[in-house]
Amino acid sequence: MKIQLRYFASLREALGPGEAMELPGPTTVGAVRDALIARGEPHASVLARGRAVRTALDQVMAAESAPVGEGAELAFFPPVTGG
Amino acid sequence: MTQPRVSIQTADFDLGAEVAALRAGDPGVGAVAAFVGTVRDRNPAGYQGAAAAGQVSAMELEHYPGMTERSIEAMIDAAMGRFDIRAARVIHRVGLLQPLDQIVLVAVTSAHRGAAFQACEFLMDYLKTQAPFWKKETTPEGAHWVDARVSDDAALQRWGIEAGGNAG
Repeated sequence: MKIQLRYFASLREALGPGEAMELPGPTTVGAVRDALIARGEPHASVLARGRAVRTALDQVMAAESAPVGEGAELAFFPPVTGG
Repeated sequence: MTQPRVSIQTADFDLGAEVAALRAGDPGVGAVAAFVGTVRDRNPAGYQGAAAAGQVSAMELEHYPGMTERSIEAMIDAAMGRFDIRAARVIHRVGLLQPLDQIVLVAVTSAHRGAAFQACEFLMDYLKTQAPFWKKETTPEGAHWVDARVSDDAALQRWGIEAGGNAG
């Protein structure tokens, strides 16, 4: 199954704008984050547990437990600072 | 209503024109509350973790196209459900901005002032912690991403909404 990753702000500068990712089957936001951390640097530092990273699934803020299915758009970014 | 409720744009906006359009043709409006956020030229020492006071010469605003519009539309729906308001308008600028520039407009109309004041503040509190915008400041020490503020999450919580630990 394929999903689309997107990164913004400081995460975009470190990891690029995003890419397609192949996964064995349905999973969760947190499991995708773990898989990215397992790739090593720079993902491991940027997405490390303890770093303030927010996630959005199909353009809605999502918790790490949220289910990720075929064709999902999963975004990682720092806490927002608009307004 | 032909006017969009949400605009994300690089161009500046005209508060007077936006308020006029928002209340045009609605004689039920008795109150308009509007908030305009602008770019400061200086951040005090200690502000958002800064070690020293910083002179800000420019600010770059990035956003998540699609999610930004969608999340603000949802915030306006929430404000409409929560407060007795008649219309709302949000404009947020993106791209390169300079001190004195306007960044954000939130304008709300209602029959009586209470709802307009409250909804305007509610929308700003929501926007600060939930809309996907990121600011990068340029100072004499270089450019850096602005850190989120815990106080912004606290501001949202007073409306009974959990910010989701945005400030981390």
